[in-house]
Amino acid sequence: MSLLTVQHLQQHFPVRGGLLHRAVASCKAVDGVSFTLGQGETLGLVGESGCGKTTLGKAIVRLLKPTGGSIRFDGHDITQASTSAIRPLRRHMQMIFQDPAESLNPRHTVRDILEEPFVVQKLGSKEERRKWVLELLDKVGLPASGAEKFPFEFSGGQRQRIGIARAIALKPKLIVCDEPVSALDVSVQSQVLNLLLELQREMGLSYLFIAHGLSVVKHMSDRVAVMYLGKIVEMAPSEELYRNPRHAYTRALLDAIPVPDPAKRRERQLLQGDVPSPINPPAGCAFGHRMKHPKWQESVGVDLALREVAPGHWVQPCPCCT
Amino acid sequence: MSLSPTSAILEIRDLVTAFDTDAGRMTAVDGVSFDVPRGKTLGIVGESGCGKSVTAFSITRLLPQPHGKILGGSIRFEGRDLVSLSLEEMQKIRGSEISMIFQEPMTALNPVQTVGRQLAEAILLHEDCPKAEVLARSIDMMKKVRIPAPEQRLNEYPHQLSGGMRQRVMIAMALINKPKLLIADEPTTALDVTVQAQILELIADLQKEMGMSVILITHDLGVIAEVCDEVAVMYAGRIVEKAGVFDLFAKPRHAYTQGLLESIPRLDSTPKSLLKAIPGNVPSIAEFKPGCRFAERSGRVHTEVHLTARPPFTEISPGHFVEQCPICVA
Repeated sequence: MSLLTVQHLQQHFPVRGGLLHRAVASCKAVDGVSFTLGQGETLGLVGESGCGKTTLGKAIVRLLKPTGGSIRFDGHDITQASTSAIRPLRRHMQMIFQDPAESLNPRHTVRDILEEPFVVQKLGSKEERRKWVLELLDKVGLPASGAEKFPFEFSGGQRQRIGIARAIALKPKLIVCDEPVSALDVSVQSQVLNLLLELQREMGLSYLFIAHGLSVVKHMSDRVAVMYLGKIVEMAPSEELYRNPRHAYTRALLDAIPVPDPAKRRERQLLQGDVPSPINPPAGCAFGHRMKHPKWQESVGVDLALREVAPGHWVQPCPCCT
Repeated sequence: MSLSPTSAILEIRDLVTAFDTDAGRMTAVDGVSFDVPRGKTLGIVGESGCGKSVTAFSITRLLPQPHGKILGGSIRFEGRDLVSLSLEEMQKIRGSEISMIFQEPMTALNPVQTVGRQLAEAILLHEDCPKAEVLARSIDMMKKVRIPAPEQRLNEYPHQLSGGMRQRVMIAMALINKPKLLIADEPTTALDVTVQAQILELIADLQKEMGMSVILITHDLGVIAEVCDEVAVMYAGRIVEKAGVFDLFAKPRHAYTQGLLESIPRLDSTPKSLLKAIPGNVPSIAEFKPGCRFAERSGRVHTEVHLTARPPFTEISPGHFVEQCPICVA
């Protein structure tokens, strides 16, 4: 049985305006997303900015209250669970953020930051917690002396290690990693990626790995889901997706990645235009609409729920893009 | 040191740029030399704090005042040494012969002026030009950077444009006086990968059309490989390696260049395999050593001597220069 099952998840936000500040439109940040995630598995989530990938991550750990669909985590339906009902489950689902400088309290020492999860969950005595903090620092490759320091005393990569230590403190089952290396220097990115891979093997963690860099996502994931304007348009095992992309948007994304090898320069099919706004998205296939595809009209009214075209390879059955 | 003097539009020799801070003088660019060949693209690649942007601001003399200072070396642009020019003379060059575009177009554009007014200002700062001609040239330039409905866009404000469109406006402003050299400082870092590809292609097309030289500053080796002719790799205030782009990627000689190339995840690598990471952290400017600055992170055996004596920057094969530290260049 899978650890996480997401079905038809919707996260809409009201857009308010006018004199009475009434909802005049709805921003469909996540609009009907379904997937499963097994134990020890990594699902990568890629897409351009504004596609809803971060919102999806936040909805899954219930930092947001979904407006539709369902989330089952570890046997519990958590879609509409109250704060108090969800607290005992929180220790099993954690999040790592993009900017470690902004996600660590600058006035707390590293010890305070790492002890807090235990305090919130009322775990261990004072002495035990002190011991656990040191074990956590060791696990993420930071010296024990770091415990008494403040976040600003560390480099970006080290700060992200603190963020990771906090996330693994309660031995969670699922970690949502939201662009965990985007803010880091190139030479430090690979250290942090390796740490995440090692921790996963050791602790049997499941990751939802969100990033805009496709090469990073492919490297970290068992399966990859491509998101466009609030929907998953294609989902497949990593190698399969890169070798055999079926959706036009996946192909466009792959084609746009700069390859670090000048011998592989190529003529590219450049994608035109920008990502449209998720407020009042077009009917039918949103990508076909952006591309002004001649067959776009045919996609209006068609059921675009993902269909399995090869083992584990799911794609939107859209008449214009697949 | 001898770099080939032929047909370079810009020749930088032993440039030293420092900042005076409360904690003393910090040398951000420490003896950097390179040429920008005419009509070609030179990429400068490096991590945060390596001095790549400070090098660019030294060329355009836009260092933060009064703390930033060029302490030594020369920057020869078409025979003139930019370091010794007065501010008025430099202003005439800036925006007409040498232009610059920046990472974040939203902060580089004026939010309370229309696009049209900002484009017109770029023209009128350098020449007297009748209104009708200013408008015609602005529209023409907007078309060149492929902005749809340019007449209408000229009346809009930066916040009404998407990130990609804003960067196109920046490029239009930078190129409207047909500069000979364009310095692009991380022009696509804030953009999505699909928009990045559009902007890089646009710069390359305009470069061909206008015959200008480009310095492209980035931290992304993929971007370097796609668009540059030559590459300078910077680390901790110095160029550690410089070569033609094919040579550099096929035969990197410095341990830092090799480490960078080996550490990045690639589309053809095995998923979930461990990457060859470079250990340690990028040193901060206060920790810069007089000798080789990468030896400590190279994972190779080194002595105190290597950290105190500065290695020479030598040409090891035609056009391929490297900071010849005996530890990092094996």
